[in-house]
Amino acid sequence: MTATRPRSFQDIILSLQSYWARQGCAILQPYDMEVGAGTFHPATTMRALGPRDWTAAYVQPSRRPTDGRYGDSPNRWQHYYQFQVIIKPSPPDLQALYLGSLQAIGIDAALHDIRFVEDDWESPTLGAWGLGWEVWCDGMEVSQFTYFQQVGGHDCHPVSGELTYGLERLAMYVLGHDDGNAMPFNAPDAAIPLTYGDVFGEAEAQYARWNFDTADTDMLFQHFKDAEAECARILDAPADDPKTGRRIVMALPAYDQCIKASHLFNLLDARGVISVTERQSYIGRVRALAKRCADAFVQTEAGGWSADAA
Amino acid sequence: MPDLLIELLSEEIPARMQARAADDLRRLVTDGLVEAGLTYAHAGAFVTPRRLTLHVEGLTDRSPDSREDRKGPRVSAPDKAVEGFARGAGVARDALVARDTGKGEVWFAVIDRKGRPASDIVAEVLERTIRDFPWPKSMRWGRGTLRWVRPLHRILCLLTREDGAQIVPLDVDGIVAGDVTEGHRFMAPEPFRVTGFEDYAARLRRAFVVLDADERAETIRNAAQNAAFALGLEVVEDNALLAEVAGLVEWPVVLTGAIEERFLTLPPEVLQTSMREHQKFFSLRDREGRIVRFVTVANRETADDGATILAGNQRVLSARLSDAAFFWANDLRVARAGMGPWLDKLRDVTFHAKLGSQAERIDRIAALAREIAGDVGADPDLAEQAARFAKADLASEMVYEFPELQGVMGRYYAAEAGLPPEVAQAAQDHYAPLGPSDAVPTAPVSVAVALADKIDTLTGFWAIDEKPTGSKDPYALRRAALGVIRLIIELDIRIDMSEVFYRSRMLSDRTILSLTEQDKLTELEQVMSFLNIQTRADLEKIQNRLSREQAKQIRSPEWENLTFEEAQEKLEDLLRVGRIENAAADAIAAKTSTLAFLHDRLKVHLREQGIRHDVIDACLAMPGNDDLTLLVRRAEALEAFLRTEDGANLVQGFRRANNILTQAEEADGVEYSYGADVKYAETDEERALFAALDAAQPKIDAAMKAEDFGAAMTALAGLRAPIDAFFDGVQVNTDSQILRRNRLNLLSRIRRLCLDVADLTRLQG
Repeated sequence: MTATRPRSFQDIILSLQSYWARQGCAILQPYDMEVGAGTFHPATTMRALGPRDWTAAYVQPSRRPTDGRYGDSPNRWQHYYQFQVIIKPSPPDLQALYLGSLQAIGIDAALHDIRFVEDDWESPTLGAWGLGWEVWCDGMEVSQFTYFQQVGGHDCHPVSGELTYGLERLAMYVLGHDDGNAMPFNAPDAAIPLTYGDVFGEAEAQYARWNFDTADTDMLFQHFKDAEAECARILDAPADDPKTGRRIVMALPAYDQCIKASHLFNLLDARGVISVTERQSYIGRVRALAKRCADAFVQTEAGGWSADAA
Repeated sequence: MPDLLIELLSEEIPARMQARAADDLRRLVTDGLVEAGLTYAHAGAFVTPRRLTLHVEGLTDRSPDSREDRKGPRVSAPDKAVEGFARGAGVARDALVARDTGKGEVWFAVIDRKGRPASDIVAEVLERTIRDFPWPKSMRWGRGTLRWVRPLHRILCLLTREDGAQIVPLDVDGIVAGDVTEGHRFMAPEPFRVTGFEDYAARLRRAFVVLDADERAETIRNAAQNAAFALGLEVVEDNALLAEVAGLVEWPVVLTGAIEERFLTLPPEVLQTSMREHQKFFSLRDREGRIVRFVTVANRETADDGATILAGNQRVLSARLSDAAFFWANDLRVARAGMGPWLDKLRDVTFHAKLGSQAERIDRIAALAREIAGDVGADPDLAEQAARFAKADLASEMVYEFPELQGVMGRYYAAEAGLPPEVAQAAQDHYAPLGPSDAVPTAPVSVAVALADKIDTLTGFWAIDEKPTGSKDPYALRRAALGVIRLIIELDIRIDMSEVFYRSRMLSDRTILSLTEQDKLTELEQVMSFLNIQTRADLEKIQNRLSREQAKQIRSPEWENLTFEEAQEKLEDLLRVGRIENAAADAIAAKTSTLAFLHDRLKVHLREQGIRHDVIDACLAMPGNDDLTLLVRRAEALEAFLRTEDGANLVQGFRRANNILTQAEEADGVEYSYGADVKYAETDEERALFAALDAAQPKIDAAMKAEDFGAAMTALAGLRAPIDAFFDGVQVNTDSQILRRNRLNLLSRIRRLCLDVADLTRLQG
């Protein structure tokens, strides 16, 4: 490893990106929508479906409105970053590749205690689950490691290996900061050094207020219904496009609406207007969308559909 | 005689599955080998986070040759049938032999099977074992279809003889068996070859892998104890955690660290639970019982002797404990202000859809605790208050985070709220006993709440027909029943369970009614206002005692014309009658069946204590069986009595008397119950029996009155000799009807005396 020890939050991201680029992953950019976790990126959810090989790594800004603490918490934010790697089929040396990535960001396995502790992953909203571990470094969870077994109700064949790094927590650990807001975002000796708090503190306070107290819940409920309806409408459209005469199944635009619905649900949840019993029903509604999107994706070429087989 | 070594090397196996998996591997492989005709001397299985290992010693080299004579169709059967049989048996048609079976000539196929070499059998058995392995959860990986708990990387399968080792040829979906394994993932990852089990275990140890989980656990236990001892501390025992941690490491290295001073004010239970649940740390406590340090178990040695690892763990711990301290501080604010917001919150927490919210449940438990307080020697006000606060902590942040701290936190918070110590104690104790070995609380207020809590659970789920069936007992009703039983009999509580179940059922019915039949309840309230019942207490008193049917009755038109006094009188009547006939047949039935359930569990419990089931039946048949303490005292006395020679013989005498009487009563169509007179006694034996019965009667009556079953039975035992002598010397069925009737009436005195003590007819011979 040629990596020098990272000195900032962005060093960690850059090291991970260049490490996974060296392993042959396509380095994607974040998906341009509000999502709750990196898994929601269609590069993971949709690409885990069907028989085609796939490999990608990307940073995904993620939002969990209920985690907002007005920028006051040292380790909790309503907006945070995940680094996501997906490789299909999962290679036999995925654990070794993963450990290499820790080395690349300065975690020396000869000095640290790295453990794979059972933690099976499940996303009720995506109708997805897999088996794997949370990876502990000296007692701290630094990543989630999952072999996808099912997505959107479909068995995964081949199986994708998915790695998710919680970047703030990982960076705090590697950089030795107990307060995430104080950790350097860019180089500490840059002409204009910025901390994580400098970059996000203001936004955290504003969004926390909006998420918890200000967001118009009637509007959010309406948008949820709109997204749900639009998702169904898109998927109800016939596969053959009358204008181009081509077969175009619109799984991805429909999935955008599913992502929207999911985030709107999270916002409503943060506003405290969804009761315990309603909660399950909303999750079920989003899952129903995700399943339909998955059904549609496997009817696309990227999802393995071919004119010959059909 | 070769030895067999199998190792299945995979990615990390969940700790909780390891022990079972090792056992399954041993069982499945050895069963398969034996079924295929091999025998072995000994088999041992081992497991680490990455490997399942099996060592079979003294395996036979090959399975024996065998011959089977398979019977086929008659010689006269159609050709097709005969050919089919030969084909099925795998022999040529000409090789069939005709034999006379006594029922005509029949074709036989003589099938010779050559024994097979052990390696063939092992390969076959191991492949089947891998493919059908009973993991609680398994997965696929890559492009494959093979399932294992996590990706399987290597199969090592060796047969070792004096002259060397042989790899068993096996290929499971591209994983080819070999003689190669790997050491510790980080400390010695290079693959190496092995020649047999001893070599394997020794090389693994050199490669920083302790194969045996028990040895790893012992190493951890000893190292932790030594470290604690050196610091003047003691390890808080936690065998479940020890087993789990031993399943997370191949090379255990024990490290101890300090807990920051600012967290030492947290309750020790919080420190211990947070460290165990989140970090899998052991707790170290000082002489005052304060938890002051921790032990963590790393999976490797490092150049800095674990300094980096320990520092990392300590930082994570501090972050976790900051959270715990935050919850504690928030909770203390609520507790010190009287816990009001928590009690309110419990109105919104559903206990069960049909049994209402936690708050409604608490109301029932509080009412019941108040009622039974007197029976357990508790102050009714305190018992009710304790019940009202016992579950308040369920709404606290700490219990939300650590559900296993329910009750413990309740005690702390009740104390902080300035509630009486008995109330705080009950918050912690009222869940007990949780199992057969869990201690029973003894403080009266705790006992009242503990009983009320469990009885409410029993009657509530009974009322909505959620009874345990077979192995299914989702609401742990058997445990609740055993809890009630142990509380009552271990504390010698005298309580009429029949009455308690009735009261409890009335309380449950009110909730159920209010949830399902709101309109009926409203009507009931209208009736009450018609009856001019003014205060809430009046209303509750009446409602508690009314069944649904009764409520319906008093809504009938004839009531409308009554004066208040008349209505009141009639209502009183109704309630009085209600206690006996009870229009609320459902409540009675429920009461009876919950009591029957309780008796059922009591039988199980007493049998485990060594009391014969027929002894229990003999006592259950007696009146007052809803008083469990009385019931158990009677059963224990009877059990002891039957173990004495006099007791056993007396029962024989009773049986003889009872048989003669029953036969005579059947024949004569009368009941011989009294009127035996000593003046008709002819023989000394008869007179002696009269005298003995006259002497015993007052003793037994007095003993029974004092509920001293032992004394009653001792007095009964005194009758043994006169009864035996009577049967030896006196003919009951004589020609003289006067003498016969007198003797039968005499026997009936024996019967009555005995049956007053216990129903001896239920004893088995």
